[in-house]
Amino acid sequence: MERIPILRMGQLLLVTIQVDMHDKLAMTLQDDLTARIVKDRAKGVLIDISALDIVDSFIGRMISNTAAMAKILDAKTVVVGMQPAVAITLVELGLTLEGVETALNVELGMRLLDRGDSWI
Amino acid sequence: MNSIQIPPSLDAVLLPLTSDEDVVRLRKRVREDLLALGFSLVEQTKVVTAASELARNTLRYGGGGEARILQLHENSQVGLALIFSDQGPGIENVELALKDGYTTGGGLGLGLSGAKRLVDEFEIDTAPGEGTVVKIIKWRRL
Repeated sequence: MERIPILRMGQLLLVTIQVDMHDKLAMTLQDDLTARIVKDRAKGVLIDISALDIVDSFIGRMISNTAAMAKILDAKTVVVGMQPAVAITLVELGLTLEGVETALNVELGMRLLDRGDSWI
Repeated sequence: MNSIQIPPSLDAVLLPLTSDEDVVRLRKRVREDLLALGFSLVEQTKVVTAASELARNTLRYGGGGEARILQLHENSQVGLALIFSDQGPGIENVELALKDGYTTGGGLGLGLSGAKRLVDEFEIDTAPGEGTVVKIIKWRRL
């Protein structure tokens, strides 16, 4: 079964979504990320969506759900690289990514996660 | 039931919506057509997002169906029309279904209302037990 790879960097998990995910793949990613947060005792999750040219309500919900589960597991989620056209569309769609912080790129995202923590 | 005009056109492209992969294929096809017609990036993103929402509805709630893509050339206007149809259970209360946040499937309830906001024209034709047809049109900004 195809899976989106999740990289671990210390206590940070990094996911780069580079394919147009079908719904099942998105759900698998959500489950995989949650399992990895527990397994790797991750404190932060970085989701790089710079390659996504659309984020619809299903993907949006997947991201929000992942962030919610991460929070319960004491980890923070940051989404990075949102394309401007995607941001504009999300606002008009009425989709707010609850519990999700955003950053422009991976480097800034890591800094965001690092704030106040010395674990990275 | 079907009061939405589907012009008999040789240019209409018919895509099945019976699997997750079909939805991905539809997104790709809609994107390609919008690009070819010269829509701006933001317009493309909005329409593909709307198409994704409606295609998913057709698959998840309609039990599967099909999408028709038509390129429109009216006067000097260029547009893309998408018609999503299924033979599913239909929507009992359309007004309710069009409310932000209303969902019968555990989703965000933004698919129908969101899609409507993202396009220029939106029509829905549905009745319990009679399936659903949703038509959207986006005109290219001059």
